[in-house]
Amino acid sequence: MHEWALAEAIISAVSDVAEREKLREVNSVVVVIGELQQVDRNILRFAIEQLKQGKLAGAKFIIRTERAVFTCRACGYKWPFRGTNLPEEVREIIHFIPETSHAYVRCPACGSPDFDLSGGRGVWIASVRGEG
Amino acid sequence: MSGKGGVGKSLIATTMALLLARDKFRVGLFDVDFTSPTTHVVLNAGGLKPIEEKGIVPPEVYGLKYMSLAFYLGGRALPLRGQELTNILLETLAYTIWGKLDALIVDMPPGISDLMLDMLKYVRRAEYLIVTTPSKMAFETVRKLIMLLKDLGAPVLGVIENMRFSDTEHIKREVETLGERYLGGIGYDMRLEESLGRLDNLLNTRFAAEVGAILRKIVYLKT
Repeated sequence: MHEWALAEAIISAVSDVAEREKLREVNSVVVVIGELQQVDRNILRFAIEQLKQGKLAGAKFIIRTERAVFTCRACGYKWPFRGTNLPEEVREIIHFIPETSHAYVRCPACGSPDFDLSGGRGVWIASVRGEG
Repeated sequence: MSGKGGVGKSLIATTMALLLARDKFRVGLFDVDFTSPTTHVVLNAGGLKPIEEKGIVPPEVYGLKYMSLAFYLGGRALPLRGQELTNILLETLAYTIWGKLDALIVDMPPGISDLMLDMLKYVRRAEYLIVTTPSKMAFETVRKLIMLLKDLGAPVLGVIENMRFSDTEHIKREVETLGERYLGGIGYDMRLEESLGRLDNLLNTRFAAEVGAILRKIVYLKT
């Protein structure tokens, strides 16, 4: 993932919101990043701090993580990706192509490889607060 | 592609990619049979790893750029449902850096389902090369595939009849009745299996010569 390009896209999207909502200044922005996205949060935070200006200059950017959750289609058991014990190399593969988890992960309750992996993908802006 | 499995799609796709690479074309081979990839067996390339550099840089094998999920599975089975196949296709299409190519050969899974529909939806410039065997059972599914592709306006390059073992021309007639191009037959080659994974041997088989003749026909038709 290109953190600088992502930061530019976030700043641009927030600027559009500020314009549309006629905000004089933006106070806080909540950005959510899926756990499975390969984003270096420190680089992203640094890039956002460097790029924010104008109405966004004083805005506080809060970066949150959305967890990825497995739900077994065979028995209904739910468990978090984070809690799954996998070698680092495999975690990297799953970050890149989450569906490869079906080759490496089994339901802890019933052993099935037939599960749904929900959440943990994408990057979005959850809220923009400011003064009109 | 084909309506049936086991007709030789992967071996024909891989051999075509190798022949193009040998002739100095810039060529990529993308194994889209995500649950059951096999082109790495032909290329003896299962142990390769792509480089991650602002995306995925496919490794080169014998001069062709090669991408397969086999790189990531360590020989494990990958059971997938429909939407997951689509997700993988979009992820790998988005992340793989093919660079400038003269041709990207895509080895499709058998059947008329998710990935075929996804290719039609997302890869608008794709052209379809159909593989069958002389078997009436194989052609029963291939006929439906051809009719569907024609209905959808997808460009069909033609049909290859693989594993021929007699001089019968019924597949040629069937294909021409459907208004499609019969690109040629490939004889059943008893020595082919032993050359899998040994690329110099593979390219010297009668099979490769026959694939080459069909390939020249396709390249000629395209230029």
